[in-house]
Amino acid sequence: MGEEQRSEFAAVAREQLPWLYSLARRLVGEAAEDAVQECLIKAYRGFDGLRDVQAAPAWFRQILLNCVRDRHRRDAGLPRELPVDPLPEGSLYRRIAEADPWPYSDSLHLDFLAVFEEDDVWCVLDRVQPLYRVPLVLVHMEGLSTGQVARMFGVAQGTVLSWLHRGRKLFERELWSYATEHDLVAAPKGARR
Amino acid sequence: MISCAEAVRQLWEYLEQDLDATDRARVEQHLAFCKRCCGEVEFAEALRGFLRSTPLPSLPTEVEARLVGFLDTLDREAP
Repeated sequence: MGEEQRSEFAAVAREQLPWLYSLARRLVGEAAEDAVQECLIKAYRGFDGLRDVQAAPAWFRQILLNCVRDRHRRDAGLPRELPVDPLPEGSLYRRIAEADPWPYSDSLHLDFLAVFEEDDVWCVLDRVQPLYRVPLVLVHMEGLSTGQVARMFGVAQGTVLSWLHRGRKLFERELWSYATEHDLVAAPKGARR
Repeated sequence: MISCAEAVRQLWEYLEQDLDATDRARVEQHLAFCKRCCGEVEFAEALRGFLRSTPLPSLPTEVEARLVGFLDTLDREAP
C-alpha cells in the first residue's frame, strides 16, 4: 500500500471509529475494542476492495460482522452447534401483569421499561446468546431489514426471522431476570431515572 | 381463528410488517376481539421503541486514543 493510500485508509477508518465501536459494544460487549482492532486489520488488508469511500460505513460494518461471527465461533464453536436455549414460557407482558410490582400504577408495563438505565440495557443484551443478540441489535437497534441481515449472513430470511423471534424472547426473559436480580422492580417508580 | 399463543408469537413480525397478507389478517382478526393480546401488542410496540431509543454506546476518549494509535501501527502489524 502506498503512502497516499495509507493516509486515505487512516482518514476513512478514523471517521468510522465512533459508530464502529458503538456497534461492536452492542454485539460483543466488553470485547468491543478487540473486535474493532480485528476489523481495522482486515479492512486495512482489503482496502483495495473499497472502490467508493461513500460505501465505507456498510463496508466496515460487514467486516466487523465477519469478525464478530469468527469471534463467536472461536469462543463457542460454530453457531449451529450451540445448544439451543429453551424458549421461555409465556410473555414478559403477562409476567409483569402477574407480578404487578407497582399496584397503583396505571402504566405498569411502561414503568417496568423505565427502570432500565442505558448500562442496564447493555448488560441485559450481553446475556443473550450471540447468535440471537446480533440480529436483534442489527434489526431493532440499527434499523436494518431482515432481508439485509439475511444477505449479510448468507442465510434465508426465514432463518433471520427465527433468530429474531428467539432473540426477543430471550431478551424479554433476561430483562425480567436482570430487573429482579438487581431489585429494579422493587424500587419505587422513577427512583433511578 | 388463531390462539392467543399463536397471535403473541407473531406480534413482532406483525409490527415489523414481516407477515404475509394471510397471517397478517389472522392476527388482526384475533386482535379485534382479544383485549389481552391488544395489551401484548402495545407492550411489544413499547419494547421496540425502547430498543430503538436506547442511547448508543459512546466511544470513550481513552479507547479512541488507543484505536487511533492502533491505526498508526497497522503498517507494521499488517503484512
